[in-house]
Amino acid sequence: MAVLAMRDALNQALREEMKRDQAVFLLGEDIGLYDGSFKVTRGLMKEFGEMRVLDTPIAEEIIIGTAIGAAMSGLRPVAEMMTVNFIMVAMDQVVNAAAHIRYMFGGGTKVPLVIRTPGGGGHQLGAQHSHSHENWFAHVPGLKVVAPGTPADAKGMLKSAIRDDNPVMFIENEGTYAVKGEVPDGEHLVPLDKNEVKRPGEHITICAHSRMLIIAMDAAAELEKEGISAEVVDMRALRPLDMAPVIESVKKTSRLITVEEGWRSYGVGSEIASRVYEEAFDYLDAPVARIGAAEVPAPYNKRLEKIAFPGKADVIITAKALLGKN
Amino acid sequence: MKVEQRPAASPSKDALTDKATLLKLYREMLLVRRFEEKTAEMYQAAKIGGFCHLNIGEEATIVGTISALRPKDYVYSTYREHGHALAKGVEPNAVMAELFGKETGTSHGRGGSMHLFSQEHRFYGGYAIVGQALPIACGSAYAINYEEKDEVVMSIFGDGATNIGAFHESLNAAKLWHLPIVFVCVNNLYGMGTAVNRASAVTEIWKKACAYDMTGERVDGMDVLAVRRITDQLVAQAREKHEPSLLECVTYRYRGHSMSDPDTYRGKDEIKEWQTRDAILSLGDHMKKQKMLDDQEIQKIDEEVTAQVEAAVKFAEESPDPDPKDLYRDVYADEVAS
Repeated sequence: MAVLAMRDALNQALREEMKRDQAVFLLGEDIGLYDGSFKVTRGLMKEFGEMRVLDTPIAEEIIIGTAIGAAMSGLRPVAEMMTVNFIMVAMDQVVNAAAHIRYMFGGGTKVPLVIRTPGGGGHQLGAQHSHSHENWFAHVPGLKVVAPGTPADAKGMLKSAIRDDNPVMFIENEGTYAVKGEVPDGEHLVPLDKNEVKRPGEHITICAHSRMLIIAMDAAAELEKEGISAEVVDMRALRPLDMAPVIESVKKTSRLITVEEGWRSYGVGSEIASRVYEEAFDYLDAPVARIGAAEVPAPYNKRLEKIAFPGKADVIITAKALLGKN
Repeated sequence: MKVEQRPAASPSKDALTDKATLLKLYREMLLVRRFEEKTAEMYQAAKIGGFCHLNIGEEATIVGTISALRPKDYVYSTYREHGHALAKGVEPNAVMAELFGKETGTSHGRGGSMHLFSQEHRFYGGYAIVGQALPIACGSAYAINYEEKDEVVMSIFGDGATNIGAFHESLNAAKLWHLPIVFVCVNNLYGMGTAVNRASAVTEIWKKACAYDMTGERVDGMDVLAVRRITDQLVAQAREKHEPSLLECVTYRYRGHSMSDPDTYRGKDEIKEWQTRDAILSLGDHMKKQKMLDDQEIQKIDEEVTAQVEAAVKFAEESPDPDPKDLYRDVYADEVAS
């Protein structure tokens, strides 16, 4: 077990899978000679050559389209979309094509494709470079959507995603690439459809994924000091959405907070809350509280940006309010 | 509208001379014609739902291009693709059954008229978003290079698609990556109801290849032998040299954009004029002159093809609908909870 940064855990997963299976290849903008915008693909072109690590033009539709066609023809492409903001240019390929091809062709083919892409804000990048769109993709039947928040899960889920026979949206976060954690060596597979309790607790449940998982864990540690025991459920598997650990937790704590980096409206928290109301309404002692980004295009100004995105303090204040301890 | 023809690199009718080949082309074109006439009839009888776009008038373009391919070569098409599937060898029964929405259809009734597919025949699908399939076709071509195979991809689309970003991204990538692909533009002069000269700054579509330093050709899409001859060259270029190309086939659809098109944007005279150049009649006349075919044989082929289409309708009629319990089948390649 080594301690690795998220970007290096992802790199290790890619390298291992490329060594294991000749059909795995990477494509994207500046992933080869440049070593990747966030250095996730560092050194891979040197090791595997230009055919297996394909630098593409800045042309998102050809990136996703090429990946789809190659997947339908027997390869296992891993496309990198430099940031999730750019994927809107290729939404037709992702939704109308990748997600629907298998069904609309009656199961006559499959699309074993991974699209890796980081989202998230907080870097003063303004409205067009700060999105979190995992809920958009999680809305669509035919896609699988995952968003790991630890280096170990990042490695294990990426390896599973590459071996999966479906199109998988693999959502990373620009703010977590440098986050370090213990990562098992070699064959480490994490299922794409299992959420899990990352920190056990008694008084309140906090659901979060990706960078917000880190925020939630920090908040839980702080709450502990004040005598509040929060259970943190990692929602890394967004579609299919594994609700079992959330329902189980809510039955114990009777209070739930959802945290996401994107806007609340029609968001991940909305879906989780609905399902909890459907499956565990009688166990709740308070309405579900949803925490998300302020409903504005991400502002550039540092102070405005700080209040626009959720942070540890928001989780702590909300938890206390839900428990009547403010 | 009038279209200036850019002659293909070499004259047409002297290259393909053997009777067997010509008969095959004739029969395939007639199959598309009769199949589509029957499809219109079945649509009007409400046996077929949704949108339905017919290939009538475009037979020479369809058969001339696709007949140049080998079984392992790929075809990617559009929502006007019944004839493309038939020309690639997909059984008329399975195509008609799909139009009827039946479980025995090419896509088990999940796709319909616009989403035919057959992995076995390397007919890689009808796509209903204009220009969408070009990047995907590039992916198959990339896989061919990756695995060092000698296959070729044919990506077929209409004139309207050439104004879309995905078209340009695809041509750029194909040239850049040396993809074994032939882009076939079926220029039927209208993107839905909008004439080419009202939608494209460049009305000679083949010229768009120049932007990517790619071979561009324009051919009379009503002349099956001309289409086949130039396609043979471009397919060979793709297969042997991994040089992509853009082939513009100028043709015409006799019917509206879809079955629900009242066809008010073009003159009746224009339609009649194109019908005087009908590809099937032209090849029939040519073969008669060459003493390869007589009226009696033409009649016999027509009867056989018509019987084939009737059998397809019977097959489709008698096939079962998909079972409601299979609504969720094939959303994913494995069992996945919602």
